[in-house]
Amino acid sequence: MILFILFSTITVKAFDTPNDGGGSITIKAYNVPETVKKALVYRKTEGDTTYTLAGVMSILSYRYVDADSTIKNGKPYYYRVDFYFPDTVISVVSDSPGIAYAQWYDKSKTSSLIFLIVFSTLVLVFIQLAKKDPEGLYIRKIPALDAIDEAVGRSTELGKPTFFVHGLLGITDAGTLAALTILRRVAKKVAEYDTPILVTNFDPIVMTASQETVKQAYTEAGRPDAYNEKNIIYLTYEQFGYTAGVDGLMVREKPGAIFLQGYFFAESLILAETGHSVGAIQIAGTTAKEQLPFFVAACDYVLIGEEMLAASSYIGREPVMLGSVKGADWGKAFLMGIIGIGVVLGTVGAILQSAGNGALMNVFEKILAFF
Amino acid sequence: MHISTNPWVWIAAILTLAIYSFLYKDNPFYKFAEHLFMGLSIGYGAVVLWYNSIIPRLWNPLAHGTSPSRFYLLIPIAIGLLSFGIFSKKYSWLIKYPLAFSVGAYAGFSIPVTFEASIFEQISGTILTKQMMATPWLAISNLIMFVGVITTITYFYFSKHHKGLLGKSARTGIVFLMLAFGASFGYTVMARISLLIGRMQFLLHDWLGIIK
Repeated sequence: MILFILFSTITVKAFDTPNDGGGSITIKAYNVPETVKKALVYRKTEGDTTYTLAGVMSILSYRYVDADSTIKNGKPYYYRVDFYFPDTVISVVSDSPGIAYAQWYDKSKTSSLIFLIVFSTLVLVFIQLAKKDPEGLYIRKIPALDAIDEAVGRSTELGKPTFFVHGLLGITDAGTLAALTILRRVAKKVAEYDTPILVTNFDPIVMTASQETVKQAYTEAGRPDAYNEKNIIYLTYEQFGYTAGVDGLMVREKPGAIFLQGYFFAESLILAETGHSVGAIQIAGTTAKEQLPFFVAACDYVLIGEEMLAASSYIGREPVMLGSVKGADWGKAFLMGIIGIGVVLGTVGAILQSAGNGALMNVFEKILAFF
Repeated sequence: MHISTNPWVWIAAILTLAIYSFLYKDNPFYKFAEHLFMGLSIGYGAVVLWYNSIIPRLWNPLAHGTSPSRFYLLIPIAIGLLSFGIFSKKYSWLIKYPLAFSVGAYAGFSIPVTFEASIFEQISGTILTKQMMATPWLAISNLIMFVGVITTITYFYFSKHHKGLLGKSARTGIVFLMLAFGASFGYTVMARISLLIGRMQFLLHDWLGIIK
């Protein structure tokens, strides 16, 4: 009788896992007694006579996602779940087969879509404004950029080369693209002052882009004849091999100025300390927040995170870049506004809730859930 | 003291000492280890690329696969081959296409992830809730965090002069940034010391057998 009651109350449903690219079916059990010790999920397809084990269902959520590589979209799969009680096992079959589908739109990403539209609109509007009046968009001075001339000048006075050390990420990283713009400014100064430059690269594609950038900078400075492709070198695609190579070059060439630009990892302090030990003026820039403390400690100037991206816009003065910085600033103001509204709603809502009115708190909790 | 008889342990230990000799000054031992490391890593990287990417992801599906969708792989192969245009002065412009494809695809992939991980989590974590003000210390701590987030964001506001209220807020923001950097520095240095301990254990235990 007890078994019958248990058997009759537990239900199992198999349905397409929502908001995914297909190839996955979710199996969910309802009304499961707390005494269940284990639950195993079995699967079969049309034409199969027996079920095969698919996996173990969580006895906390009573949910199992079957994302086996054999699951095909549009094909029905039948599920049975065996619930293990202390003294018996009960098998429950899903009330209908589960069929996997791919969804075109992931509803859980709606908040991202809304923010993307808001940010993109702001950026596009400011790009258009920048195209009409590039001088009208102000970008504040960044001290590390002014130091570029000082650093290259010092190298020239000392008769030492200038080093430009790229970070470890490829051309797809925004920091690497910003580093290339900064390299253009450095290379132009180097060409004007007739000082040797050495650019070290971790990524072969970044090396190719660096060669083009330096060549263009020398041409802009009116010194295309002074450009030497062999000064832009590839070392290796291994983190500490690259570090060892750059360190070796630093102590042998003894540069007067070192630019560490891009995304760095654990090698940041090793590079910055070696640069410091050879007495070079160092200007670092990275979007890697974990490595910024090391650069702040060991370098003379640092472009902190987004400063690096703004710096490239400041140098380039291109409408697209200027508009992006202005649009991103408005995006930040928008985010600060949301945080401020959230704080007011949360505080006032909590006070009103204490007084018996929970309506505002409900609105606040819905806003929090949206994120 | 039980010195290792394994020749590989000896090679690893000697190369470790050769690299550490850089702490004194540049010398032929460091130069040897540096060039060996770089040469090996380039060779190793090429082998890893060949066996972990080209063979399983391109060659095997195309040469031995049966799925009709395997021919889709010819599209990225064709785009990737354009990168070799760089070796010709006449066709070096072709590299722009794989670069544009990589940058565009990566941006599309990373923007929603960045929104969720860096922006939404930060917003919901900064909005002060009733639970975050449960005790006086918790309330003070969360208020400091709230002020820290807002003032730090204002430091990264580039299109306005940092004067007046914005200037004061930005200066407060840089104080928060430096405090965070100091804390992060100390934390990471401790982690790096644990790496040194690991290497010392290798030298003193695995190689020389001085410690158990």
